Amino acid sequence: MRKLLAVYAAEMKFAVANQMQYRWAAFFSLTGFLIEPVVYLVVWRTVAEQGGPIGGYGVAEFTSYYIVWTLVRNMNLALAPGSWDYWIQSGRISNDLMHPVAVYHRQLAGFAGFKFVWILLWFPVAAVLSLIFKPELSPTLLQGLVFFVAIWLGYIIRFSLLFLLGLISFWTTRAQALIEIMIGAELLLSGRLVPLAVMPEWVERLAGWLPFQWTFQYPIEVLIGQLSNRDVFIGLGMQFLWVGLMTGAIVLTWRRAIKRYTAVGS
Amino acid sequence: MNGFRLAAMHWKVGAMHELQYRVNFFLQLVDSAIRLATGLVAIYLVFAHIDNLAGWSRHELLAVMGIHILLSGVVRTFIEPNVFQFIYTIGEGEFDYVLARPVDSQLMVSIRNLRFWQLVDVVIGAVVIGWAVSGIVETTSWFEVVGFLVAVSCGAIILYCMWMILASAAFKWIRVDDTAQLLNGLFQAGRWPVTIYPGWLRLTLTFVVPLAFAITVPAEGLTSRLNGGTLALTVIVTGVMLLITRAAWLYGVRHYSGASA
Repeated sequence: MRKLLAVYAAEMKFAVANQMQYRWAAFFSLTGFLIEPVVYLVVWRTVAEQGGPIGGYGVAEFTSYYIVWTLVRNMNLALAPGSWDYWIQSGRISNDLMHPVAVYHRQLAGFAGFKFVWILLWFPVAAVLSLIFKPELSPTLLQGLVFFVAIWLGYIIRFSLLFLLGLISFWTTRAQALIEIMIGAELLLSGRLVPLAVMPEWVERLAGWLPFQWTFQYPIEVLIGQLSNRDVFIGLGMQFLWVGLMTGAIVLTWRRAIKRYTAVGS
Repeated sequence: MNGFRLAAMHWKVGAMHELQYRVNFFLQLVDSAIRLATGLVAIYLVFAHIDNLAGWSRHELLAVMGIHILLSGVVRTFIEPNVFQFIYTIGEGEFDYVLARPVDSQLMVSIRNLRFWQLVDVVIGAVVIGWAVSGIVETTSWFEVVGFLVAVSCGAIILYCMWMILASAAFKWIRVDDTAQLLNGLFQAGRWPVTIYPGWLRLTLTFVVPLAFAITVPAEGLTSRLNGGTLALTVIVTGVMLLITRAAWLYGVRHYSGASA
């Protein structure tokens, strides 16, 4: 365990150094990502101004929701599943398999390291957005602490989900359609497009059976105070449950996937 | 050789290459269907709660979305692949080969690549526009039809210019592909009419990154909002963008030292 932690620390340190080299490139990417919530924010503020609150969300709640969204989105950026296609087709995965540390751990640690730089770059953008839209945020200590844990758990769930999806590339090189469907489902069922309270009730019920909302909506609602203490802890439990389920699924799938791989040049 | 003939030849070869991979058509269809579905869901959700969004009705917003999808198809088919190929050639030092050819380098860089199956978005965009128009107007004047066609053509040229200005930055900074994320992010803002945005964002999307002229103005043509003045301004902005793009390109080429220099 101690060795694994040392690996995580080293990978994260390397990722920070790497991202700092390309800080302007990272800043432009980040700013591009953050236009998405600004669009949603403007649209839903206008809707709330014209039609009144929806599902407990008025102008103030929508504003806080989408401002916190920007941080949560930063946190749950993870390895694109399409990368596996390239790694397998080009044989690059062979190098990773020679490494004594599992690909999952190295990538998870690497992307976790990136976040330290991205969050540093996120501060000025968030400050400007806050000055313009003036969100009303006053989280309690408990909400703040749970939020901190929830964004990391959300990251692990989303990373694992995308990792699992990427492993399909060991069976087919045409996984892209499936990936697109998953990303579309995530957009609608995670609270990324709109809080699920705005969606029809059956969508909200369906989302309850899927992992998406625990990576997006749950951490946001914890910090903006939309959940009761009971729901906060139920949510945390659900996140741990999904981390467990995802880990189990990855272990099982990885063993089968790797048997199908024939190294280039062998 | 005439520029149009050269472009047509490159596109023909590009299309033949892509037609070998027919499964990609279905992958593109899935991708486009999902993006269309999420766009429709967003509009459905908005209009489940209100009758109009800052003065825009459901079908009018559908028209904006249709134009956005159509122009997104144009960008993904003709513009984006060429820009990324150019950025790659600069990074790899292969731009010398382009300069050595007896054709204008900007023209050459702009026509080499074509992603044929992305044309699905152009077709879907046109269908959505047709659907929107059927719900907006009963009769359409000649001015509106011509105005829309001129505005949408200007929109495509403005988007080309935005991408080429970004590409020209590669002469100096090389790794500008990440900056494309910023451009893509801004382009997503064009999915809604710029008039709904707060003043600072509206000004940015009108004069800094002129998406207002590229997407909202063509939509105004379909929704009886367009007047002669706005159309004339759009043509002028398009001309200015073309001049800026050309100047940026020539400046970049003049300061390009070559991979082997």
